[in-house]
Amino acid sequence: MISKRDNRVLRQGANTAAVVLALLTVFPLYWMVLSALKPKGEITSAHPRPWTFAPTLENFRGALGVSGFGRYFLNSMAVAVVVVVVSAAIAFLAAVALSRFRFRFRTTILIMFLVAQMVPVEALTIPLFFLVRDIGTVAPGFGLSSLGSLMLVNLAFSLPFAVWMLRGFVAAVPESLEEAARIDGASRFTILWRILFPLVAPGLAATSVFSFITAWNDFVFAKTLILDTDHQTLPAALMVFFKPDENDWGGIMAASTLMTVPVLVFFVLVQRHMVSGLGGAVKD
Amino acid sequence: MPATTVTAPADRGDSPARPAGGAPAPGRRRSGPLARIPVPLWLLLPAALVLIPLFGYPLYQLGLLSVLEFGQPQASGGVPTEFVGLSNYTDVLGDGQFWSVLGQTLAFAAFCVLTTLAVGATCAVLLTRVGRWPRLMLMFGALGAWAAPAMTGSTVWMFLLDTNTGLVNEVLGTQGHNWMYDKWSAFAMVAVVVVWHSFPFVMITLYAGIQAIPDSVLEAARLDGAGTVTVFRRIMLPMLRPLLVIVVIQSIIWDFKVFTQIYVMTGGGGIAGQNLVLNVYAYQKAFVAENYSLGAAIGVLMTLILLAVTAVYVRSLRRSGEEL
Repeated sequence: MISKRDNRVLRQGANTAAVVLALLTVFPLYWMVLSALKPKGEITSAHPRPWTFAPTLENFRGALGVSGFGRYFLNSMAVAVVVVVVSAAIAFLAAVALSRFRFRFRTTILIMFLVAQMVPVEALTIPLFFLVRDIGTVAPGFGLSSLGSLMLVNLAFSLPFAVWMLRGFVAAVPESLEEAARIDGASRFTILWRILFPLVAPGLAATSVFSFITAWNDFVFAKTLILDTDHQTLPAALMVFFKPDENDWGGIMAASTLMTVPVLVFFVLVQRHMVSGLGGAVKD
Repeated sequence: MPATTVTAPADRGDSPARPAGGAPAPGRRRSGPLARIPVPLWLLLPAALVLIPLFGYPLYQLGLLSVLEFGQPQASGGVPTEFVGLSNYTDVLGDGQFWSVLGQTLAFAAFCVLTTLAVGATCAVLLTRVGRWPRLMLMFGALGAWAAPAMTGSTVWMFLLDTNTGLVNEVLGTQGHNWMYDKWSAFAMVAVVVVWHSFPFVMITLYAGIQAIPDSVLEAARLDGAGTVTVFRRIMLPMLRPLLVIVVIQSIIWDFKVFTQIYVMTGGGGIAGQNLVLNVYAYQKAFVAENYSLGAAIGVLMTLILLAVTAVYVRSLRRSGEEL
């Protein structure tokens, strides 16, 4: 048996370990923001210090102005928002079909959604490049170097996981609620929109994070499908910034900060739903 | 559904005073062939419209490209494509570089998966043992690392590891050391970034799983005289098994497919391609060497390997009794 005193020592040790791990984990992000705020001289110093007494927005001004990161930011935002909204709507309908109805090929379709998540999407850049090139001759809005092509491609690659995850959330809503609504005369559309949708909304929020990340972080499609600078998104634009030797680290850190903040905000907003959603998946 | 027909009298036409909730579904009035399509297929239709052309068709094309002779001349339309059977595959499989890349992909993925799981699981258990503030700090730190895009994670760590102005060299007193020069050191640094990015998922999932185990079960086990180790082995592990399977398989899939971190941190595969993994290798073959069909063949081989992992996953889901 462990004595009370040992217990307290153990707990103190665990607390310290958790705090140290937390600081280690968050340190690279702290360093990113700090370096983005450092003046040029401190960045290139061979003896970096973990603080600065002369914070400046000069790096952000450089990234947004000269390097055009404002534009890339808006491009990324447009792609991510469209992907999140459309993928949530489509995934919701598909998840309802897969968790509320029993029909032929249901299991097959489910397994296909699972398998789709395993496909190395980077390998699909090769056929997608030619597909998008051909689409461009008919509909330039979705051809090479268009944001439309990125929206479509990221939509397709975020859907399988979104459906798979949302299915659990839909299944967690008691069917008796819909039964009651049906007896009260609600139509199928009403049941979907007024009953199921609000109840699944937390799940949709959690799922949206993953769609947002897929679209926002996408590097390989942006690099392959976008050939001009005007329609570039953040990750690929950052790569151009990034040179093996003479790196403008201040600018890169400012651009990296701009790219990280929206995801962080999104995460913090839906954090509660993510944890409870994953927890709910256990109880099934 | 009989319930809807019973309540149909409530539908008295299009009086605007009716609450929107009671509006009849447009589908109800429809007759003719469309009405005979079952509801779930209607609901799946939008997903199919996106996935068949943008996922299924490219997948088919990937397979097709891999049995064709398809390089730059064919891509620009000057030369007709030619069916070459499995010769792209024999080329790939006969190339010593493919096997060494495959080997280091497997080793790299295995190392990342094991480290991610070890760190994530340790942190999850730690979270259940600490006070409120340390727990919140670790949660938010992990959330930050999880949220950081692969691209910015790579750039920040590259800056930390920079030869001349990096903090790591300053702290260790190893100024001028290039961490990305040696093959294994470069792989290790990329692994650090991959683990930093992915352990939060493991930690938060497992922590949520542990929290979901009812206290009464643990209480009952303790009353029956089970020690900490027994409770962990006989109660927590079996209850967490479905989640552990998900976490392991997801980690394998992610780490086997690492692209951005390798591409960015090692400059597209390292000095003389020493840090190539399959994903980057296929990309380089296709878009740099402009041998699209060879790249496609490597992509197909990668997909087959991951499908094998998926098959194991589906089997274990089934065996654990989860209904698909």
